[in-house]
Amino acid sequence: MSAVSLPPSPGRAPAAPAGPTGPRRPGPLARFGQPVVALGAVALLLGVPFWLILATASKPHAEALDPDLSAPSRWQLGENVATVVQDGHMVSAFLGSLLVMVPSVLVVLVLGSMASWVLARRATRPLAVVYALCISGIVLPPAVVTIVLLLRQLGLAGTAVGMIGVYCGMYLSTVIFFVTGFVRTIPTELEEAARVDGAGPVRVFFQIVFPLLRPVLATATILICLYIWNDVFYALFVIGGRIDTLPLNLYQVASSGLYLQNWELIFAYIVVMSLPLLVVFALAQRRIISGVTGGAVK
Amino acid sequence: MTTILERPTATEADPGHTPRRRPASRSDHPLWFLVPALALLGVFFIAPTVFNFVYAFTDWSSFKTEISFVGLENFRDLLGNGSLISDLRITVIYAALVAVFQNLFGLLLALLLERDTRVNRFARVAFFVPVIMSALAVGYVFQALLKPDGGLNAMLSFVLPGEVSVAWLGSTTWTVVVVALVHAWKWMGLSMLIYLAGLKTISEDVLEAARLDGASSWQVFRQIKFPLLAPAVTFNVATALLGSMNGFDIVQATTEGGPGGSTELLNIFIFRTFGQGLFAQATTMSLTLFLVVAVLAFPVIYLLRRRERVL
Repeated sequence: MSAVSLPPSPGRAPAAPAGPTGPRRPGPLARFGQPVVALGAVALLLGVPFWLILATASKPHAEALDPDLSAPSRWQLGENVATVVQDGHMVSAFLGSLLVMVPSVLVVLVLGSMASWVLARRATRPLAVVYALCISGIVLPPAVVTIVLLLRQLGLAGTAVGMIGVYCGMYLSTVIFFVTGFVRTIPTELEEAARVDGAGPVRVFFQIVFPLLRPVLATATILICLYIWNDVFYALFVIGGRIDTLPLNLYQVASSGLYLQNWELIFAYIVVMSLPLLVVFALAQRRIISGVTGGAVK
Repeated sequence: MTTILERPTATEADPGHTPRRRPASRSDHPLWFLVPALALLGVFFIAPTVFNFVYAFTDWSSFKTEISFVGLENFRDLLGNGSLISDLRITVIYAALVAVFQNLFGLLLALLLERDTRVNRFARVAFFVPVIMSALAVGYVFQALLKPDGGLNAMLSFVLPGEVSVAWLGSTTWTVVVVALVHAWKWMGLSMLIYLAGLKTISEDVLEAARLDGASSWQVFRQIKFPLLAPAVTFNVATALLGSMNGFDIVQATTEGGPGGSTELLNIFIFRTFGQGLFAQATTMSLTLFLVVAVLAFPVIYLLRRRERVL
């Protein structure tokens, strides 16, 4: 680490801030060594796995039997992708992923915000208990086996509605936690002005408060989309074998005997499956990073 | 040294006490706004959790049409065949290893990439890519990379003398460590970003003053940066512990709980027994996980919080 933060020579007076990080004056070793170490870490820790994915996904079947770091003799990423999109039912899996993710996110955002607004504004002891109960789901794991039993009793086993309900039950806690904290920082004057004008609570909430929640709802949306899009554990219990989602089908492609050893297809699947998230990430990188880290450090 | 340990930014102001002009009337924030969210939570989160405490004491399975109470028999069975204790031990060890590795890697990356240069900004974004990838996909990538004739051994053979052919995922002792490293690899980008955000809150004046006093870079880190990173440590340790206690995807994709059950987390057991139709046993393990997380998570968060306040 010494390459990163060499102390400045003690005799020199502090210089004017050199940039957004302030007056750090790295020595020559840090100036030339640090980028080399940083890029080396990227190449070794990320370059190797990502090369393995891309190279294997592009190999003919015979070469991919034992996946190694060699380059394919003939690049056939397109063919492998076409095969796996067809055989892995990727179109219906993509739609299935959207089918469970979009309604879940919309429902938790709207219902979670409504609850958070009241929980933040009415500071009574019983509601503090309700709040604690609401956010306990952040820490406590869902009872995944009995959820299935419950869904059977409700006639929702294996349905998209059941899956959406399960995701809502899991991630309402996250929304309520984020939004309640945020609502407390919004001054009440805006609401009161609308109330003086005769607006009822529904209008006050949806016309005044809800639009103000945009930044925190963006954060929550990113987090929850990430969880649901990549979830395989809960999906296996609730809709496994009934509805296709991208991770469920990846699991099937990788674990079914038919595809055993078909590493080029597994990795082609991973390439296609990761693309939507990578595109979204590339477009909204700053927003996502500040969203995910925001609130973590106070 | 004590003066500079005070936190530079006064962010302690409690957001819970916003001054209010007039006391809000009850009808301004009607309680029925809570009802839809509470109904969903009640049906899909709280009810199944309550069911956990009931069905763990029954013989619910796919082989019987009726469900009847059997008392503590499931616990006795799982204790008797050793799976409860061994899975619990593996889960806790795995969670602890992940928490250590993920924080260590995240902190090292944050310190390495702290300065705002073009290369560092690129590297930070790059290290975040595994965080957004599917954990299942990450698991398959590393299953391929860690095969005895896979990429890692090939690279090691290139660097080291002789042929390296370690079965990284084949040791009943060390595979749990390897899988924890994979888990940490996936999430280290998140820890890195949170440590970077924490480092940003440290005032440059404090660091400059310490350097002018002749503090070495290690002293600056140990005495100033690390204590001031306490909130970031709290968040990172807590999320790493919770995430890995609930772990499934990476272990399922790399080892499926093997070799010889040595990486069988509670969730792997739950999934496997559920697939075999032994629902009551799966429920019993699910209840165990719930209790362990409840028992461990709250004290851990409390302790970390208290450490923050002391500093």
